[in-house]
Order: sequence, then C-alpha cells, then structure tokens
Amino acid sequence: MITMENVCKSYKVAKRNAGFGEACKALFRREYEVIHALNKLSFTIQDGEMVGYIGPNGAGKSSTIKILSGILTPDSGTCVIDGRIPWKNRTEHVRHIGVVFGQRSQLWWDIPVIDSFELLKEIYSISTPQYNNKLEELTQLLQLQEILKTPTRQLSLGQRMRCEVAASLLHEPKLLFLDEPTIGLDAVSKLAVRDFIRKINREHKTTVILTTHDMQDIEVIAERVILIGRGQILLDGTLDALRHAALNTEDGTAEEQINLDRVVADLYRKLNIL
Amino acid sequence: MRKYYLFFRLRFAAGVQYRMAAITALTTQLVWGLMECLAYKAIAEASGNSLPMNYSAIVSYIWLKEALLALFNTWAADNDIFGMILNGDISYEMCRPLSVYSMWFSRTVGGRVSEALLRCIPVLLCAFLMPYPYKPGLPVSMEAFALFLLTAVFALGVTVAFCMLVYILCFFTLSPQGWRMVLTGAIDFLSGNIIPLPFFPQGYRKIAELLPFAYMQNVPFRIYCGDLAGADIPPAILKQIFWFLVLTLAGMLAWKQAEKRIIVQGG
Amino acid sequence: MNIRKSIALYTRYASVCVKSVMQYKLSFLLMLIGRVILSFNEFIAIKFLFSGFVEIRGYSYGDVLLCFSIIQISFTLAELFGNGFKVFSSMVKRGEFDRILLRPCSPILQIIGTRFEIGRTGPMITAAVTLVIGMRTGNVAWDAGAVFTLVLMIAGGTLLFIGLFLLGASFCFFSIEDTSIINVLTYGAKSHGKYPIDIYGKGIMRFCTYIIPYTLIQYYPLQYLLGRTTQWRFALYPMGIVVFLALCYVVWRIGVRNYKSCGA
Repeated sequence: MITMENVCKSYKVAKRNAGFGEACKALFRREYEVIHALNKLSFTIQDGEMVGYIGPNGAGKSSTIKILSGILTPDSGTCVIDGRIPWKNRTEHVRHIGVVFGQRSQLWWDIPVIDSFELLKEIYSISTPQYNNKLEELTQLLQLQEILKTPTRQLSLGQRMRCEVAASLLHEPKLLFLDEPTIGLDAVSKLAVRDFIRKINREHKTTVILTTHDMQDIEVIAERVILIGRGQILLDGTLDALRHAALNTEDGTAEEQINLDRVVADLYRKLNIL
Repeated sequence: MRKYYLFFRLRFAAGVQYRMAAITALTTQLVWGLMECLAYKAIAEASGNSLPMNYSAIVSYIWLKEALLALFNTWAADNDIFGMILNGDISYEMCRPLSVYSMWFSRTVGGRVSEALLRCIPVLLCAFLMPYPYKPGLPVSMEAFALFLLTAVFALGVTVAFCMLVYILCFFTLSPQGWRMVLTGAIDFLSGNIIPLPFFPQGYRKIAELLPFAYMQNVPFRIYCGDLAGADIPPAILKQIFWFLVLTLAGMLAWKQAEKRIIVQGG
Repeated sequence: MNIRKSIALYTRYASVCVKSVMQYKLSFLLMLIGRVILSFNEFIAIKFLFSGFVEIRGYSYGDVLLCFSIIQISFTLAELFGNGFKVFSSMVKRGEFDRILLRPCSPILQIIGTRFEIGRTGPMITAAVTLVIGMRTGNVAWDAGAVFTLVLMIAGGTLLFIGLFLLGASFCFFSIEDTSIINVLTYGAKSHGKYPIDIYGKGIMRFCTYIIPYTLIQYYPLQYLLGRTTQWRFALYPMGIVVFLALCYVVWRIGVRNYKSCGA
C-alpha cells in the first residue's frame, strides 16, 4: 500500500533570458525563482490498483514518481510504501519496484537483449530458477522469442518497448511505474503493451502507476485516475468522474465527451493548470 | 555572400551562450600557457640559453597558441557537422540551394573566428598581466604585425581546408571519429602545436616543412615573435597559398565523390 | 552487498562493455591507435627537446622519461577504471543516474562498471616504451626498494586521478553545468607532470603539495627513486593519497545527498 501525506517539494531554478545582452549579464549574476513542484500532495493507493496519473507538462508528475521510487527526497510530508520510506531505505525499496521510462532505455545498445537481462539478473541477485521461470513467462506473454538474441539497436521501437517492460519485471516487483510506456509506438505494439500490463496486474496483483499523455492508455488500463496540476491533486476518481467533472465545468454536450482527449483538454483549461 | 555571412552570425551567437565553458577555457589556457612557459624557462637554463628560439619568442609563441587555440587547432570539429554526417541529416543540407562545401567552409570559419575572438581577449589580457619573463611580447614591428594578420588568415584557410577534408573522409568510412582521432593526432605534432617547429632536429624539420601542416599556425606565430623574418617570409606565404589551394581543391573533388555516394546509397 | 559479489558484477559489466565495443572493431582499433599517437607525440616532444641539452635541473633524459611514463600509466589506469566519473555529467543529463539509483546496488559500482572503456589503454604502449628507456638510461639503482617505490607511485597516481575524476563528477550535483574545469587538474597534470614538479618553481610546488597533492606521487618518491635523497620515507608518500581520495569521496556523498533533494 502506498500512502502519501502532505508531500511538498520545491526547486530553485535559474532564470534564463534570451538575447545577447542577457547572456552577458548572466555571466556575472544569476536570478533564481522558486517553483513549487508539489504542494501538499496526499493520496493512498491500495495493492493491486491500476492508477492513471495525469496532468499537463510540469504539473509535478515526474517529481511524484521520483519521490515514490526513492530517488528524490521531499521537503516535507510523509510517504510510506509497504512500510518503507522510499528515500530512506532506497536500496531495499528499489528491489521491490520496477520502472519503465518510455523515452529512455535501460537496455545495452550494442549487445543482444538477453545479455542485458542476464546483467539485471546479477544486479537484482535473482536466483537462477526464479529468473528462468520469469523469463519464460515474460517471453511468452510479450512474444520475445524472436528478438531476445538481437542487439537492441536493431529492434523497432515497439519491440524495444516490449523488452523494456520485460526488463523492469524480471525481479518481480510488486509496484510498477510506467512513464509514457506507449509513446511513439505503432498501433499493434500499443495494444500489446496495454494488454500485457493488464495481464500482469491480474495475475500477480502488481500495483501499476501509469503516467501518460495518451488518453487511450488511461481508458484501457486505469481503473482510477489522479489528475494533478500545479503540484496539487485536482481530481481523484474513476474515468466517469473525470467525464463528469468536465461536464460540470463546461456546458459541453454528450457528444464531446466521447473524445477523452477533449475531456482532459477541457478540464485542464477549466482548472486553469496549463 | 550574404547567406554565408548569416551562417557565420548564427554560429557566432551560439558561441556566446556558455558562461561556465568560457571560464573553464580561460582557466585551462592560462594554466597550460603558464606551465609551458615555466617548463621552457627550465629548458632554456638547462641549455645555457642556446635554444633554437630565444626565450621571449617562445613565450609569445606559447601565449598566441593558447589565445588562438580555437582558431587553429586541428582536432576540434564542428560537432553539428559531424552529427549531420553520422545521423543522415546531411540530406537536409543538400536540399539547400547552396554548395555544401562552401556552406560548411563558411560555417567552420565562422565557428572558429567567433570562438577565438571571444576567447583570445581574456587570455591575452591575463597573459599581458603576467610578470616578466612570462609575459608575451608585442609584435617585433608594425610590419611584422601586419604580416602576422595576413598569414593568420591564410593559416586559418589551410587549417579549415584540411578539416573539411577530414569531414568529407567521414563519408567513406564506418568510423569517422576513429579516423579523425588518428589523423588529427599526427597533425597536432606536425603543426607545431606540441613544440614549435624550430625545436625539431634538422632532418625532421625539413620533412615537416614539406607538409601542409607547417603552414598553419606555425607561420603567423613565428612572424609575430620575430623568429620568422626577412627573406624567409615570402616563400612561407607562397606555400600557405599553395597548400590552401591544393587542400581546397582536394576537398571539393572529394566532396563530389561523397555526394555521388550519398545519392546512390541514400545517405 | 558483499565484496565478492561486487567484483563479480563489475567483471560482468566490464565484459559487457568490451563486448559492446567489439561490435565496432574498426572504430575501436582507430581510437586505440589515435590515443597511442597522441601519447607518442608527447614522448617525441621530450626526445626532440632533449637533443638541445643533457640535463634539466639535474634530471637526465631517462629520468624525465621515467617520470613521464609513471604519470601516463597512472592516468591511463585511472581513465580505464574511473571513466564513468569522467563522463558522469552526460550520464546525469541523460537520466542514467536516475536509473542507477533505481537499482539495489552501489551507484559507484554501476557508474564505473557501465563505462569501462578498454580503448583507453592505448597510451599504455607509449608508457611501456618510455618506461623501458627510462629504466635503462635513468639514474636509478634497480633494487627491491626502487621497484616498490615505482609501484607505489603508479598506484598512488592512479588513485589521485580517480579522486580527481570523482571530484569532477561531484560537481554535477552542485548546479555546475560544465564540469570540465576539473580537466585542468587531470589533463593538466597528465601533460605537465611529465617533468618533475620542481622544475616549475616554488609556487607550483606549493600548489601541487597543499592544494592537490601531486608531489606525493611524483616529486617526493621520485627523489628517492633517483637516489637524490636517502630519506626512505619519501618512498611511502604516495600512501597519503588515500586521505585525498577519502576527502573526494566525502564531497561525492554530499553531492549525492544534494541530488536526491534537488533533482537534476
């Protein structure tokens, strides 16, 4: 179970202005501004839930994920995941989580995928039988048989993403973070990845937290949606609740609601968080 | 011409952006310059002041080398151009209604001149504040200074023409970075960047002076400090022009070949 | 994580790195040759310069080559094992450090493991050549003590450079965009450390003793090695580098903590 209570996080960011004069000035003096990335954020997520975490760029999504995965320490507030404080027991904590970054790769570029997997086996100290079982299972579910022996650089984006997802699950994490897992994928791969995520959630009760800009991901995967804007939770509920919120804030017609992108865009605009 | 000027300006503006990089470069060059001056001081004393160049000329040479490093070094390449070659963006360049060779040439010159102008002022300023004898001298005469400027232009021409050849070579190999390293590694020495050419033993010096690399920074720097003077200057300038023409021509021909290759193979 | 497992994992990383590099054999070979040429340039420069005189502040050609070789070996070994620290700022920029923190093993092990670069060994060839010339022509009586001193100098030098790389890597955590300022200290020492530090004069000697302890691995043990002093404790000075390394590590730890509270 994940509980976040009143978590705050702010950053100091150097201002940078365009122009030759400004660039020269910046040589000597710099101005900073404070950005409140998270402002008293609280939520609870039960084991086995699948949560879509959405919000416009810069809303605080990645700060939340970083705090939950133990690589960022909040300014204040508490966060407990299965009895662990992520940033305090980082090494212990990360054993139990898996993270997929859609825009980055954790596979070695020039060597066969299976070699990257073997390396992960060492890193997470996975026992050989356990590793073999898991690999077998993942290979079947994600149809990796053909591509395991191929160097990552020769894989298509869709194939690579399937491998990335598999790599994040080799150590059987109880909690899986997916950061834009379907970005840039073709239709077939998107469906495969979504389908797979639902499957592992069903079979292993893996808790899934998904951040994405693709509303279809949310529609298919997430049972619950958390909408964040300007560092605060603005909405926490089902997809229907999201639709209602959009309806209440705007005199939209039922027709418009069919398009989820439209619903979210309206919400962002109405909540003034863009 | 205006188009090339715009390329030059674009690159110039990009160069101003980095502040930490500027400070780093200044520190690095000051440290390098000073350490070399100190080392040659010890060497001058060891040799009983019978060095092939007199000590004050060496000091000027060293500081010019540090101040104008961005202008004359052979190893720094425009990373954007290298990137374009590696990732295939070169196709965009070929869509522009300009000769790619001239475009890249002006771009490289622009990049080097802008960086050198920005960097040489603080380096020279600090260098002139150094205590005697580690302070660079003024040009030996007005005439020498004028010739220094003139030969510096030719030297830049030879250097860039050579760099262009290296860029173009990249089209014919699977390992552009590797070739670049091998080529520039050897040339670093032959252009007098490690030790000035007069320090080469006679035989080696003769060979080095047959190659184009001796007509890069070597000529202007030694004119400035008076080591190259009088009747030795005109032949040096002629050889600079000769090598500039030869390398440019070679570069253009090589580019023609590369272009064919790109069209055939699709980049 | 215990030491045996760490070593096993490091070896694993290193072999994967080698395997990756071998995918591009031509590139690897050319880079290697390029690095050999670059280091050879320095050697030839010394050779050419020494054609004009016999001794520089009492150091012969062989002595200088010995000194050059020791610095080259130290630097090359440090680059080989500590390359990860050297390129650390790019790892942070690409978010690789986040990924590293998401794994249940030592970040340092992962940083240096994933960036083990066998191609960095090129200068070893030059170093070997100059070491042999230096050993044959330098003013050293080769007994057990001398060999011990030599080994200690190389070990100390390697640790010193690794410490500097680590220090440079730590800079990333303190909102310094460009960490290449550390190159002045690393590459600077590599290229100017070919001469015994005392030829540069008092000021440099002081800097290289009290600010960055280069003299501990170069000037002092060299005096003993070349028989310019009978003080055998000079031979043990390189051990002092451990303290320097520990200080660099403290800075690194503070940096990592800072990173976790500020993000990148």
